Amino acid sequence: MPRMSDFLPTLRLEVNTSLRARWFAVHALVFGGIVALLFVFGLTESRVLGFIGLSRLLVTYIQLAMAILPIFVLITTVRSVAGDREAGVFEYLLALPVSLSAWFWGKFLGRYLMVFAPVFLAMLGATLWALVVDIEVPWGIFGYYTALLAAMTWCFLGIAMLISTLARSTDVAQGAAFLVWLVMLLFLDLILLGVMIQEHAPAEVAVGIALFNPLQSFRTAALMMFDPQLIVLGPSAYVIFDLFGALGYQIFALAWPTLIGTLCAFWGYQQFRRGDLL
Amino acid sequence: MIELRHVTKQFKKSVVLDDLDLDIAAGERVALIGSNGAGKTTLIRCLLGEYVHAGELSVLGLNPRQGRADLLRRVGFVPQLPPPLRMSVGDLLRFAGELAARDPARFEEVAARLGLETAKVRHLPFVKLSGGMKQKILIAIALGRDCELLILDEPAANLDPEARHAFFGLLAERLGRATMLISSHRLDEVAPLVNRVLELDMGRVVLDDRVADDVALAGRIRCRLVLRREEQAIAKALAEWGLSADGLVWRGDIAGPDRLRFLGMLARYVGVLTHIELEEQA
Repeated sequence: MPRMSDFLPTLRLEVNTSLRARWFAVHALVFGGIVALLFVFGLTESRVLGFIGLSRLLVTYIQLAMAILPIFVLITTVRSVAGDREAGVFEYLLALPVSLSAWFWGKFLGRYLMVFAPVFLAMLGATLWALVVDIEVPWGIFGYYTALLAAMTWCFLGIAMLISTLARSTDVAQGAAFLVWLVMLLFLDLILLGVMIQEHAPAEVAVGIALFNPLQSFRTAALMMFDPQLIVLGPSAYVIFDLFGALGYQIFALAWPTLIGTLCAFWGYQQFRRGDLL
Repeated sequence: MIELRHVTKQFKKSVVLDDLDLDIAAGERVALIGSNGAGKTTLIRCLLGEYVHAGELSVLGLNPRQGRADLLRRVGFVPQLPPPLRMSVGDLLRFAGELAARDPARFEEVAARLGLETAKVRHLPFVKLSGGMKQKILIAIALGRDCELLILDEPAANLDPEARHAFFGLLAERLGRATMLISSHRLDEVAPLVNRVLELDMGRVVLDDRVADDVALAGRIRCRLVLRREEQAIAKALAEWGLSADGLVWRGDIAGPDRLRFLGMLARYVGVLTHIELEEQA
């Protein structure tokens, strides 16, 4: 357990440093900008699959967030952590009396707050605006999407911290982060369908791979909010509903990526604690 | 104070510290010298618990890896190159103060003695400060904590003569209370500050020598120089050392421990000098 006397200053330092960093400005601008653009283009007025108003905006927002957030978290985190180590920032700050657990988890949690805050605040801003202009707010979708974004951020931040610890240089860390994201992207349903057709693989194998892939589990859970029967997934939906049920899958889609992020972060911490810190 | 037994550090196939045995007693002031790649920085990082290594290493009776926070609370460190910290100066002072359980006002007092008013730079990102300002902040954090061990990697390299004098004065106040390990490429940079010289080469100690300890760290030397003729280069160099001209005669004081550096500088212009007078002040 990190000591609070070291942990809280490290967390606050990470928050303050992030506020001054360019990545945070870009991050906040991108997610704030997405919401602003969705309003500007009148998405709350358009109708798709019977969805109108804020539900339509939230559905579009979460789809865009799922496309941008994972790669953004991976690349910016490994760049700044590995970059700081290369530039001598760690050499100095780790010569101050801070325990390794407080340092690692303080950085992790501080960064988590700074990555999640703009994503959540953009969505919250849209919701508050909807209240002001008297658009009906789908609180269920809002609540679940908030949890989904929180789990997604946790998952990819954990993976990014692990990569930053294992890789010895910024270039290697960036390459590895990109590769991880690419593999997850390739194993979305397009490639899985290809695998099934070419290799005559059992449907359970393909669905199993899809469930293991956090990108796919987020995507499916987000779909479920406006397509409760998962009609767009075709027969795969039967496997998912047989295995989990609708509520079970929604819980799984939050718990599994959170577990991946936690395991990766702990693995990263163990590597960090045992090896050279620089 | 510091004990190394068969300490070896290897990066892939390259041995950087090679079966090092070393004892440094409390109160010693040690110059750690050697060329690039000799192992100075690696040794410092092992002492700070930043590298794992083979062999036994103990600092202040503690293992730097296992008891790192307790140990580092008693160790002050100034790196050779100031790190590019994006945090504000105020955030850095506060962070260091919280970790070391010290009031950041103490760091500010030390910085003021070095000639830096932290109130003027508190809100600036550390990375935006000049080299000298950064060095003063890092020295202030190391010396504002009553540390028992000071590890200083070319600490005065970016300081102006006045700040160097103040820095030597701060070190003088810690004589006998703190052990100092001062790393440098060149002995003349640090020789007057120390009473022992360790030279590393290829990860081994190739020289371990006691040296005369007669230089007063807080002392000053009064200088009087006469030039053969006006010359811009030496005039600029002397002005940087804080000397002032009266025709061809230059006068001023330099910090006592800077005498070798000062003579080294004068050696470059020896043809222009007709008279050199250095007098140690009481």
